Amino acid sequence: MLKTRIIPSLLLKDGRMVKSVRFGGYRDVGHPVTTAKIYDAQRADELIFLDISASREGRRTLFDYVRQVAEECFMPLGVGGGITSIEDIRELLKSGADKVVINTAAVENPELIRKAASRFGSSTIVVSIDVKKTPDGKYEVFTRGATAATGLDPVIWAKEAQNLGAGEILITSVDQEGTLAGYDTALIRSVAEAVSIPVIAHGGAGKLSDFKEAIAAGASAVAAASIFHFTDQSPIKTRKYLHDAGVSVRV
Amino acid sequence: MIVVIDYGMGNLHSIAKALEYVGAEVLVSSQIQDVKRADKLVLPGIGAFGDGIVNLRELGLEEVLREEIVKKAKPFLGICLGMQLLADRSFEFGEHKGLGLVRGDVVRFKFEDAKLRVPHVGWNNVDFQRSSPLFTGIKDHTDFYFVHSYHFVPKEPAAASCDYGGQFAAALQQDNIFATQFHPEKSQKAGLKLLQNFLEWSPSNA
Repeated sequence: MLKTRIIPSLLLKDGRMVKSVRFGGYRDVGHPVTTAKIYDAQRADELIFLDISASREGRRTLFDYVRQVAEECFMPLGVGGGITSIEDIRELLKSGADKVVINTAAVENPELIRKAASRFGSSTIVVSIDVKKTPDGKYEVFTRGATAATGLDPVIWAKEAQNLGAGEILITSVDQEGTLAGYDTALIRSVAEAVSIPVIAHGGAGKLSDFKEAIAAGASAVAAASIFHFTDQSPIKTRKYLHDAGVSVRV
Repeated sequence: MIVVIDYGMGNLHSIAKALEYVGAEVLVSSQIQDVKRADKLVLPGIGAFGDGIVNLRELGLEEVLREEIVKKAKPFLGICLGMQLLADRSFEFGEHKGLGLVRGDVVRFKFEDAKLRVPHVGWNNVDFQRSSPLFTGIKDHTDFYFVHSYHFVPKEPAAASCDYGGQFAAALQQDNIFATQFHPEKSQKAGLKLLQNFLEWSPSNA
């Protein structure tokens, strides 16, 4: 039986590993390579690196980190941040990434998804969707580090991304991100019901039951950062909890 | 020396590093002479079948592979697309002729059940259908990492199977050919053990 994946996400900014709250207020939280090795030892199912460096030099360090992690952690690595071209994707894959995570460029240049999927295979392309609730209670897709409103509805955009060839959707609630207040399960459910590709829930996990709720809402995988950085929960404890709750996870 | 064949299809860094990690001398190459002087061959790969077979042909590797695998019986490991390329045919975006070294076709997952998503991504347990030196030291039903939308339907029984809306071939063995749909280089401890087994493998027909 296919297992539900537990995926620590690691946020990088100008060569540092940081953690944010609602995409702001960055705090340093350790070294990415050391942290990745710990998650590997804890048998996390996969890792996702997201780079939000402002500069090209900052992004260089991402390639170095990915290369170092890939040399020692023999597990699936998804990497995103600042990807705008086929060349960027090729370079990340060469550094040791297995999947690339595309956010802003997917919205601004959807053709990139189609080209990337036909060239590298759908399963290599993860489309990341950052979502905020607007004052009238609707969901809207934001890009550029959640600073640019797109007018897109996440459900419609997720379907479109799937049609363009995306192999997975990483759905992040900007409002919940870093708050430890739980996933936006309504958002996850609406996207998971609309697409037939796997959906990775992201943003808000603060306690173990949050993972269970995201999975019940249809997520094929749960990604989280703060809960692992700032609480005493780990992928090991998460797996044990989910297993006891009847979720199929690796034992 | 193990040659990891570089035919422009995906991440070769991981498989090369994983093989080195378990003690192999590894060369990543797309050169015919390197494939000829290799002791063992690994064909990894992700991406589309059509591109994969065209790239192999354009590099002049199709005939060389046939020669080295069939005539010289070199131990061969195909991973993911590298397993699928062994087939007679694939139906990924049209119909393509494969290497035809293992009888069978490559088809897409098709499910009525909406809960079964495609691609099949993640860790799933692999059930051994026969004993193989490649499974030495690995427990039956161990989870390995998969990521694929198409799967190999072999004419002969598979060496290992996996369940995703029904049984499909997770691993194949035929003489000196071994192939996995999953990614041993991404499957942590069990994957490294399988690669180590490949390093130590001397097939009886070789």
